Amino acid sequence: MNGYNNPGFAASAWLVAEREIRMKLRSKAFLISTGILMLAVLGSVLAGGIFSSASPKMNVAATGAAISVAQQLPDLKITKVDSVDAAKKLVNDGTVEAALVPSDDAPTGVEILALDSVPQELVVALSSPPTVHLLDPNAMNPLLAYFAAIAFGIVFFMSAMTFGTTIAQSVVEEKQTRIVEILMSTISVRALMAGKVLGNSLLAFAQIAAIAALAALGLSVTGQGELLASFGPSIAWFVVFFVFGFVMIAALYAATASLVSRQEDVGSVTSPVMMLVMLPYILVIAFNDNPVVLSIMSYVPFSAPVGMPMRIFLGAAAWWEPLLSLVILLASTAIVIAIGARIYSNALLRTGARVKLSEALAR
Amino acid sequence: MLEVEQVNRSFGAKRVLRDVSFTVDGGRMTGFVGANGAGKTTTMRIILGVLSADSGRVALNGSDLGDADRRRFGYMPEERGLYPKMKVAEQIIYLARLHGLAPAAAQKNTMQLLERLGLEERADTAVEALSLGNQQRAQIAAALVHDPEILVLDEPFSGLDPIAVETVQGVLKERAAAGVPVLFSSHQLDIVERLCDDLIVIADGDIRASGSRERLRAEFGGSRYELHVSGSAEWVRGAAAVEVVSIDGGRTVFSAAPDAAQAVLRAALDRGPVVRFAPQEPSLAQIFREVIQ
Repeated sequence: MNGYNNPGFAASAWLVAEREIRMKLRSKAFLISTGILMLAVLGSVLAGGIFSSASPKMNVAATGAAISVAQQLPDLKITKVDSVDAAKKLVNDGTVEAALVPSDDAPTGVEILALDSVPQELVVALSSPPTVHLLDPNAMNPLLAYFAAIAFGIVFFMSAMTFGTTIAQSVVEEKQTRIVEILMSTISVRALMAGKVLGNSLLAFAQIAAIAALAALGLSVTGQGELLASFGPSIAWFVVFFVFGFVMIAALYAATASLVSRQEDVGSVTSPVMMLVMLPYILVIAFNDNPVVLSIMSYVPFSAPVGMPMRIFLGAAAWWEPLLSLVILLASTAIVIAIGARIYSNALLRTGARVKLSEALAR
Repeated sequence: MLEVEQVNRSFGAKRVLRDVSFTVDGGRMTGFVGANGAGKTTTMRIILGVLSADSGRVALNGSDLGDADRRRFGYMPEERGLYPKMKVAEQIIYLARLHGLAPAAAQKNTMQLLERLGLEERADTAVEALSLGNQQRAQIAAALVHDPEILVLDEPFSGLDPIAVETVQGVLKERAAAGVPVLFSSHQLDIVERLCDDLIVIADGDIRASGSRERLRAEFGGSRYELHVSGSAEWVRGAAAVEVVSIDGGRTVFSAAPDAAQAVLRAALDRGPVVRFAPQEPSLAQIFREVIQ
């Protein structure tokens, strides 16, 4: 009659996804919290840059043959003076922290004059250190590993929870306002669920990508390119794992939320899913130095998005391990979507009391 | 033509529909009446594919209904609802797009329909900010926006103010006149009586009667006559082949075959002046009572 074009599954799901995105972008709370998250990421990267570059040069006076020696040492501000006495004077009145003067006795040909304490940096700079062979050259600075653990854990946890909760609320809103019956009579339930998962997943990916880009930009602007290079592969894998891990969590949120009919009940019915999201966050912070726990985490589908990038960052994963873990994650995502869609379509029309899980799975 | 054939459905051990069969013809308004819990909503949900039937089929013009056909249905569920935070026009356009309309057609239909329903000034208001009556109008717009080829409306008049009832009746009649089969349920038997061409009566999941209003009237209304004479009408009790329903002074209602009724009229004229004699049209409420007994 009016030029129906009979949208298929994908077109219907996309219409639903588009609405989800449009409504979310209209929410002030979402925009403000995203802004705060971005600022926090940028702030911590910049702060890290300021602390790491804060090594002020040392004021040193030098005279005679010692001048050329001093010029070979890094991070010194050299004041050239005419005599040893002039150098002593500068040390005494505090204009310089130490002075390098020629000495016939010393094997290096220079000696250090200082007021009341040994200037360690200068001593180290002048000594010839023994050769050091690191047996595990890839091992990470434990502090850096800890921060990486927190970063992966918190970003996964925050995004999964923010957008998971959004899906849950959107599912219950449709049930509570009863519009779901009109939707169900128009498009397939699977298209409806797929659209919700797709829309919120896209928003979550966009947020994650923006955070990753912001962090990378911040690191390179503040001259921490080395850090960026060591984070690069793990961040890339994190994004890949997050994409599939989030779809799984989104399906779980949609399915569990469909069991209830009121917004007040969303929190209690989705709390088991929230536990699943929180667990990897807690585990990675507590056990980021425990290879056994990390290995297990990197294969369990719910914690793989945090565990595997962490192991890649630590250089503890062989090349095939992320691929195997990804296959496990993909398979479990497919299974969860199938079960979730079943619960969702069975529970959607049953308003009122909470639907029992066994009943939702039955037909 | 929409056909429902031998549809059965149970919820757990409770059988809510038993071999439900009926047809809804194009261009006719079909009223679907029954007590609460008789199975009206379940039947409509099965027609729309929102619920599945345990057995039986729903066919449109002879072929089984698929999801693509159902997109061309206009459905108004008993439990109303729209997205509270979306604007009226935005929401109706969204639903039109889900039904498969192109963006331009969705926009055009929405604006025309909002104007027809007197909602054009509210197009950019969020649904939650509308009065209840206007929310109902928006709901009707949602069911009609895609120019459906079949309309299935569950209690379309409940909660409407009298003016809105008039508007909606007008819109539905227009659609039926354009050849669209319209199936609607209602508790308000007076509206059904005024509006419907065909009637389906359901009780305890059984279709007790279906057909045109006139046929049901003839079948279940019996043949009742009303007689008003100036004297007492007690003598009618003695007339041959007549069953008296009530006598109140000179007024009486009795049921009889046409010949016997004419004989009563002649007898009455012999006795004195007759103020009134007429066949009594049974109201829908009477038919309904008769049918579900």
